[in-house]
Amino acid sequence: MPSYKQLYKLTFILLMSISVSASAAGGAKLMHMEVDLSNQESLQRGAKTFVNYCLSCHAAAYMRYNRMGQDLGISEDVLKANFMFGTDKVGDTMTIAMTNADSLRFFGVSPPDLSVIARARGADWLYSYFKTFYVDKSRPFGVNNLTFKDVGMPHVLWELQGAQRLAHMESEGGEHHTPTYADLEIITPGKQSEAEYDQTIQDLVNFMVYLGEPIKLKRGKIGVWVLMYLFVFLIVAYMLKKEYWRDVH
Amino acid sequence: MANIEKNIIDGLTGLRDWVDDRFPLMQNWNEHLAKYYAPKNFNFWYYFGSFALLVFAIQILTGIWLTMNYKPSAADAFASVEYIMRDVSWGWFIRYMHSTGASAFFIVIYLHMFRALLYGSYKKPRELLWLSGMGLYLVLMGEAFFGYLLPWGQMSYWGAQVIISLFGALPIIGDDLSLWIRGDFVVSDVTLNRFFSLHVIAFPLLIFGLIGAHILALHEVGSNNPDGVEIKKNKNAEGIPVDGIPFHPYYTVKDIFGATVFLIFFFGVVFFMPEMNGYFLEHANFVPADPLKTPEHIAPVWYFTPFYAILRAVPDQLGGVIAMGLATNIFLLLPWLDRSPVKSTRYRGWNFRCALTLFVISFLVLGWLGMQPVTPLFTWMARFFSLVYFAFFLLMPFYTAIDNDKSVPDRVKD
Repeated sequence: MPSYKQLYKLTFILLMSISVSASAAGGAKLMHMEVDLSNQESLQRGAKTFVNYCLSCHAAAYMRYNRMGQDLGISEDVLKANFMFGTDKVGDTMTIAMTNADSLRFFGVSPPDLSVIARARGADWLYSYFKTFYVDKSRPFGVNNLTFKDVGMPHVLWELQGAQRLAHMESEGGEHHTPTYADLEIITPGKQSEAEYDQTIQDLVNFMVYLGEPIKLKRGKIGVWVLMYLFVFLIVAYMLKKEYWRDVH
Repeated sequence: MANIEKNIIDGLTGLRDWVDDRFPLMQNWNEHLAKYYAPKNFNFWYYFGSFALLVFAIQILTGIWLTMNYKPSAADAFASVEYIMRDVSWGWFIRYMHSTGASAFFIVIYLHMFRALLYGSYKKPRELLWLSGMGLYLVLMGEAFFGYLLPWGQMSYWGAQVIISLFGALPIIGDDLSLWIRGDFVVSDVTLNRFFSLHVIAFPLLIFGLIGAHILALHEVGSNNPDGVEIKKNKNAEGIPVDGIPFHPYYTVKDIFGATVFLIFFFGVVFFMPEMNGYFLEHANFVPADPLKTPEHIAPVWYFTPFYAILRAVPDQLGGVIAMGLATNIFLLLPWLDRSPVKSTRYRGWNFRCALTLFVISFLVLGWLGMQPVTPLFTWMARFFSLVYFAFFLLMPFYTAIDNDKSVPDRVKD
């Protein structure tokens, strides 16, 4: 059984030599955005961007349209007209028509399901990722990404953002220069200004954080009541304890 | 009115007596609650036993409800957890209670064990109490390990892969043993199914039985206390310890108060930070298990990290596994390693006090190191603190024998 013997040796080597290459951002610190789930309009705009741009190659197979509608204040008619393109049953989950075999052929990798991607990657990573595509002729789709090097995904939002390039790279000739986010500059403007695109991305990331955990909109509010109850009960419990223990002390 | 009340009380007393003639109801009630005399000077550290029982109850109850919707198969497990999180009414609440409960269990148990070290609760005549407690701790580690595979995320998968492969390091039987545990050449659907079985039936039963033994052993020898004084040595004419008070109602009402404080923290996590910044629910575990893609950084959940750091500190694979096994099991020897006649640190000399402090520091630092990527500096730190960790136990017969202990009072202090 050489295969599994090798495997355990491999896992052990991995375990003993987990390297320092933990940062996916090429050494750069991630950009930061404040997630705001209380802004329902932002969530609605994010949902719209999501279903229009992401939900043809990526699925969000654990999320139901009507749950999203209820949570984000979108009526079923509006859902059907503006958010649902692959089905007309509002109880359906956000699946896609593209098969894994096809997408593997198209992109070399199957686009991952995005239901919980925000919980795996974090909001800052997503925010940085969407903002750091740049033109790279060596890649199959002509773009690379500073946050996710050699990513298989094309820059789907390019028509909004326009095209970016890495400055300094050509000018420095053969010199090695680790590119940072500061090196990015727009060469062809898109439909949106930089500020507008930033807002689009913030909305999208807000939505994806919601998508990762729909109950996040409510659990904090429920939690306040639970803790208030417990604090009141604590007073009662304390008085009861004090009453009983009077004859011990 | 008074007549009705009298009739009800008479009826209930009659029912009680009827049961009592056929079942030792009052005998057990008295032995374990109403006439179980506990020292009156319990402090903060004496809450954690009852908290552990509370967390156990939470885990069993939430576990029953999770099992109603969870699917133990490689194809469906990850999706069924998200189904619980989204489509099952209050499923997220049950799941977060269970995931928070797992970490809470270890926090409570570690503090409970620290209490035993602080006041010498493992010492004669409480050796079997200590051993049953250690048995609980080891079974709990297994229970947590099996449970962590069930969400079938990347960390679930690769964590299990790494830990099981450690058994492969053992000479002669190693390969067959790890194969036997997995039931397959890699962690697979087969592994998931058996881990599910062990997690929801076998190990909870073991824990349940061991808790029973633990409490029976406790009530046989009686509770220790922060002064380390045996209250049974001072009894009044009726044979009741003068420094003892009945567990019920005194400690039941006190524990209700304590449990409420505990639940405030517990639900604070459940409702406001269930991931605990990736310590209770690791970020990488929100990626479905992929046998072909090893994560960049494999780290166990925080409660295993001190031992993981010890494992990585030893350059040799087999040596690392042995060191890790020793580190978890060496607590079993404590009652016989400790040569001091004094139980509580209150009356112990500076040898033990310093040793215990160094041990706690090394345990915490090792726990932190176990979460970090390996660097040469961290490896040397882990080696140093592993030595301190083991020195606490191995040198104990010497430094406790010559400690400048103080004299212990006859009665507990208030």
